[in-house]
Order: sequence, then structure tokens, then C-alpha cells
Amino acid sequence: MRLESASPVAADAKIGIRLTINGEVRDIQVAPWTTLLDLLRERLDLTGTKKGCDHGQCGACTVLVDGTRVNACLILAVMKDGAEITTVEGLGGLANGGAGSNGLHPIQAAFVEHDAFQCGYCTPGQLCSSVGMLNEGHARTRDEIREAMSGNLCRCGAYTNIVDAIEDVLQGEAR
Amino acid sequence: MNRFDYVRAGTVAEAVQAYGTADRARFIAGGTNLVDLMKYDVERPGRLIDITRLPLDAIEDHAGGLRIGALVTNAALAYDARVGERYSLLRDAILAGASAQLRNAASTGGNLLQRTRCYYFYDTATPCNKREPGTGCPAIGGLNRIHAIFGASEACIATHPSDMCVALAALEATVRVSGPAGERMIAFADFHRLPGSTPEKDTNLEPGEIVVSVDLPETGYARNYTYLKLRDRLSYAFALVSVAAGLELDGDRVKTARLALGGVAHKPWRNREAEALLQGKPATRETFQAAADLVVAEAKPQSENGFKVELARRAIVRGLEQAAAGTPQSITDKRIQ
Repeated sequence: MRLESASPVAADAKIGIRLTINGEVRDIQVAPWTTLLDLLRERLDLTGTKKGCDHGQCGACTVLVDGTRVNACLILAVMKDGAEITTVEGLGGLANGGAGSNGLHPIQAAFVEHDAFQCGYCTPGQLCSSVGMLNEGHARTRDEIREAMSGNLCRCGAYTNIVDAIEDVLQGEAR
Repeated sequence: MNRFDYVRAGTVAEAVQAYGTADRARFIAGGTNLVDLMKYDVERPGRLIDITRLPLDAIEDHAGGLRIGALVTNAALAYDARVGERYSLLRDAILAGASAQLRNAASTGGNLLQRTRCYYFYDTATPCNKREPGTGCPAIGGLNRIHAIFGASEACIATHPSDMCVALAALEATVRVSGPAGERMIAFADFHRLPGSTPEKDTNLEPGEIVVSVDLPETGYARNYTYLKLRDRLSYAFALVSVAAGLELDGDRVKTARLALGGVAHKPWRNREAEALLQGKPATRETFQAAADLVVAEAKPQSENGFKVELARRAIVRGLEQAAAGTPQSITDKRIQ
């Protein structure tokens, strides 16, 4: 059902929402307690976005909502009706002309180049968070990158190379 | 997560009305705290009222200060040019808290209304007077390293987790709220409560009242301020002790002083006597030590957090020194100068 403003939707009803996910418009029926993370992974088969802690503490579920990085695990999908979502699967497409011949976003190419991961579980979140950080435009120095990326944990401890990769892209943008 | 019904409100009046007709209604904006608590079954709302479409997302010049809409995100507030210039204490406190992702989602009103991170409050397998009144407080005599040293009660020793609110307390912001009985203004010091015998009430909001804006007064202490946050790791951790300090200096002397502490009480902790003691005194280490001694004289530590008393004493002195010298604590280079 479509939502009428200010009229309650009963707890057993599903609500129709429209999201643009990685450039594709999707009309979806969701229960109001479905998080954006569960919607992406369980319903839309976009399993690149990872569930780590499911409590906003690890950053593995980081996606871009209208270009802004957020924790998908703490967002109810129904509240983002009308939004544009970008997941790791859509980063290459996001880069427009900037994507390399292999379809990677420059930040993805830099992660490969700098070996910025081991197990890879946190990597989709690290990548989306990096792109969000670049969109924000506040971090310039290495210390600032580290602080700005502190919401993304990496239990393998690939932090040094992650910062190297981001710094590389930042310097490329500045050139 | 429990089942709930969902209302998307378009106006403040609609939101307030939707609250009134429901059992266990909750307003939701950023959701960064509420959704987390719902996953733990700490919060089990019967109805969620989505207020993200309300027209409360502007920062406006107001009465010589700023009026911050309740839906302004923590990030939008911290990076607002006027805040950076005139209220850098507030900017630094916001950026000292949470992560970039959380600050992008979390709202101004929601920051005020976030709940304690006490382990027992979060763990529904244990008693907790805040979660279930009358069941007891296992933090007393339990794991209480992170708990309060000021203003606690026999019912609750939880702390308020916000950094932003510590700065808002020091700045003496005003909270504008709207509810079934209309609109009213609440001084920041009167917004949050001490636990007393009713720790289930974090604030003095009435049922159905919604935060509409947070208003900053004209004086921002932008020349002499600091937000000094001490924690177990340097990023993305709650304060063990934090200090928001703002000074107005007249030559070498303190003209006015504002001092608020975070991580040590059920609300941002201010001590007006200590602020009065600073007034008119030379801005020296000796003066600051006297003020710090006065503040910590009231401390009542728990079994595991006695270290917070000395930590608070030293943080106050250092914070006032940083403010007086015009060298605020860096939020990226965490070394404490």
C-alpha cells in the first residue's frame, strides 16, 4: 500500500517505497521494521554490503544515501522512501568517466594497488565510506583521513594501506 | 525488533497528534540510537512516528545567536560556517563524538534524547531501574568503570553519553519544544534530569512533546575555548571524562567562565560555584586548580571508577589552560598539549 501522510500504517502491513539503487529505480514493498541493510542483502540480493555488528559500531554496512555515507544497519528502509542508494556494487557506475577500463571506481583501483585489505569483509564499507569522505571534502591530511575513517573497523589491521589508498586518490584529485 | 505501526508526519502538529493516540509511541529522526535500542529490545515502541519530513532542518540567525532546527544533522551543524566561526566549542564537541557515518544520520534533537550506554541498561537479562523501574541497579557494586561520579542516586548511576550536549550546556543553549499544550522554552540546564528516584525519566519533556529547535545565545566563547575529551581509545569512543570550557578574558583576568563536564553524570555537569570562583581571578594554573578542586570535592565515585575523580580534576585544569591560552584541543591530532 502507498503511504498517506500522518495516517498510521498497521503493524502487519507492508508499505510501498521507491528507491533508486545504483541507478536503477525500484518499487518495493517493505515491512516498517526492515532495515536498509536487510532489504539490500535479503530482498534485493545486493550482498556486497556486509552485516558486521548490526549496531552501527563497525561500519561494514556503510552505503551512500543521496551521496552521504551512513550505516545501513541503523536505517529503516521505509524512512528513505525516494532516496538514491549507492552500494559497493554501484561504485564503478558512480565514477562516470572516472572509472577505469576494468569498471572500478578510482578508490577501488587504489585499494587493489595498495593491497588495502586482507580478508575483505570490511572492504565494501571501507570503500563506500572513503567515497563518502571524499564527497564531504573535509579530510586532507593523513591524521584527518584516519579520524574521518574511524567509523570503519578492520580486524585484519589493514589500516595503513587503507589510508595510503585514500591518500593516493585525494592527491590525484588535488593534482 | 518488535512489530510497530508506522506514521509519517508532515507537520509538527501531525506528529504530536499521532503520538497522543498510540500506545508506547516514539518519534524517530536519525534513528541511530533508537533503532539500535529496538534491536536489543530495550525500546519496544507500539508506534514509530517518522519526523524526518518535518520542516526543521534549517540553521537560522536568531536573536543575535543561532536557531538550530531539531532535524539538522550533527555533521551539518558541525560544518556550518557560522558554527565554525562563532561556536567552535560546539563544532569540536560534535566532531569528538561518534563516527562520520553516525554524525551524517544523527539529528540535533536526537542527540539530546539519546539514552545512556550503561551495560546493564542495554542488557535485558539484567535488572535496571532506568529500563524497568523498581528492578534495581546492578551497576552499583558491579561493572561501573564508565559510570557517574556526580549527582547519581541509589537508583541509578548512569551517565549521559553526549559530547554535543556538554558544549550546549556550557554555551547555555535553550531547547524549544512543542507538544499537546503548545510551545515552550527549556533552559539547557533544566532539560536533562538527575536520576533521583525516577531514573526512567532522562529529560523534563512531557509525553508527546517534540524538540523543535536548539537556540544558541549570542556569546560563543570562540576566542577562548576547548573541548577536551578523554577516553579509552582516541577515536570513536565515549568520554570517560570530557571538559567543555569557555572563557571571556579581561587582560590576564577571567571575566566570565563556563565549564561543563561530560561522562561523569546523568546530565552535562556544571558547577556554578566553580564558575563564580574563576570570575575576576588571574587566568593562572593556581586559579584553575582551585576551581577544579571545588568541582571534584563533590565527587562520589563507585567501586571501579575512582580514577575519574583525579582524571576530572586534571582535565578541568588542562581544559581551562587550553581555553585561556587560546589553544583548543585538536580533534584530529589527539596529543594533549
